[in-house]
Amino acid sequence: MDWDWGYAVDSLPLLAEGMLVTLELTLAGSLLAYLLGLVFAVIRQLRIPGLSQIVFLIVEFIRSTPLLIQVFAFFYLLQPAIGVKLSPFLTGVIALGVHYATYTSEVYRAGIDAVPKGQWEAATALSLPRGRVWTGIILPQAVPRVLPALGNYTISMFKETPLLLAIGVVDVLNRAKEAGAETFRVIEPYTLAGVFFLLVSYPASILVRKLERRVGTV
Amino acid sequence: MSSGLMSFIWEGLANTLLLTVFGALLGLVFAFIAGLGRSSERKWVRGIAMVYTEVFRGFPSLVLLFVLIFIIPTFGFQLNPLIAGILALALNIGAYAAEVVRGAVKAVPPGQLEAAIALNFTPVQRLRKVILPQAVVAMIPPFTNNLIELLKATSLVSLVYISDFTFAAQLIRASTGETALVFFGLLVGYGIIALVFTTAMKLLERMAARSLGRTVPSGLFGRKEVAA
Repeated sequence: MDWDWGYAVDSLPLLAEGMLVTLELTLAGSLLAYLLGLVFAVIRQLRIPGLSQIVFLIVEFIRSTPLLIQVFAFFYLLQPAIGVKLSPFLTGVIALGVHYATYTSEVYRAGIDAVPKGQWEAATALSLPRGRVWTGIILPQAVPRVLPALGNYTISMFKETPLLLAIGVVDVLNRAKEAGAETFRVIEPYTLAGVFFLLVSYPASILVRKLERRVGTV
Repeated sequence: MSSGLMSFIWEGLANTLLLTVFGALLGLVFAFIAGLGRSSERKWVRGIAMVYTEVFRGFPSLVLLFVLIFIIPTFGFQLNPLIAGILALALNIGAYAAEVVRGAVKAVPPGQLEAAIALNFTPVQRLRKVILPQAVVAMIPPFTNNLIELLKATSLVSLVYISDFTFAAQLIRASTGETALVFFGLLVGYGIIALVFTTAMKLLERMAARSLGRTVPSGLFGRKEVAA
């Protein structure tokens, strides 16, 4: 089978729609993961008896099981059980966001741990309210240092989005599959989908490495 | 559940373990070749190793599976699906683990290498007797993370119709409608396998450390945090 440029070019508009969906999933999923991960990390840091341990167990459990199964369980089990019906796209965003929040929470935790103890002590000595300590002292020091690690997880998430085709999200790989099923030519669409992933993730990882050099790592 | 359905599950479970173990072993080979290749003195070796790690780290494993399962047959030969699965997973995880190998080799104090050179060790001896024994100890904790990522990634093969644990469970869900039981069983099943692997790696880490006369803090469970 030879590479057919005409067909490759023809299938591009369809693939481009899928690429957009893939990027949207990654962006929305990352946003959720960044926020939720911070919440997890702060809850664990506060050491609230019971709650902190529960969060720890949930985080460990989610991190040890495949995202694909979590997506299935969320879509086919949890949603009917609580009586909601989310679109595949929204289901994907939430599943990606929650899954990666367990990773980002560890990243934030490392960032929070890296804030010198004297900072906490100084805040206590000044008897600052607890909220101010977090928003004014700890997080402004912890968050910039973890940005590269967060960026890395966004790249990982980007590369995991194709599995959402299992619940019918029409991302770039699903579009490629569609195109292949229609014409029985699979080389072009799958290759283009693969090239798309490389073209996005490689520059992104270079960007993250640059950021790493600037802010350092935890 | 009838025993016929259970035999599906056992076969799927066996395939998942097969994919994980052989994917890890083959991935380890790729990782060492590429990881050591990146610190080679020859420029072209460094170049090939770099292209391998960058390409396969930037490529989703599912896309790789699609390529191996659906594109390769159009060239006229068919890979055994299980072997294609192992190859795709190993290429992917090997690229990540190669960075671990590179980092661990770089982290061995330079004095060790200088001492080996001063003692007139050949390059192979330097690597085998001085660098690797120390570097391998540092590789094990991040390798544990890689192994769990690999285990989780094996579930993707169900999307290209390889009958792993996930695939078998989905079949059972389709034929019995036991959605809750199946997904709960899957999550717990993968959780337990992950726990077994992390525990085994923890033991390995201790053995390796002890062979260097170091000790590892106790606590068998839980993964060590390693920066991504």
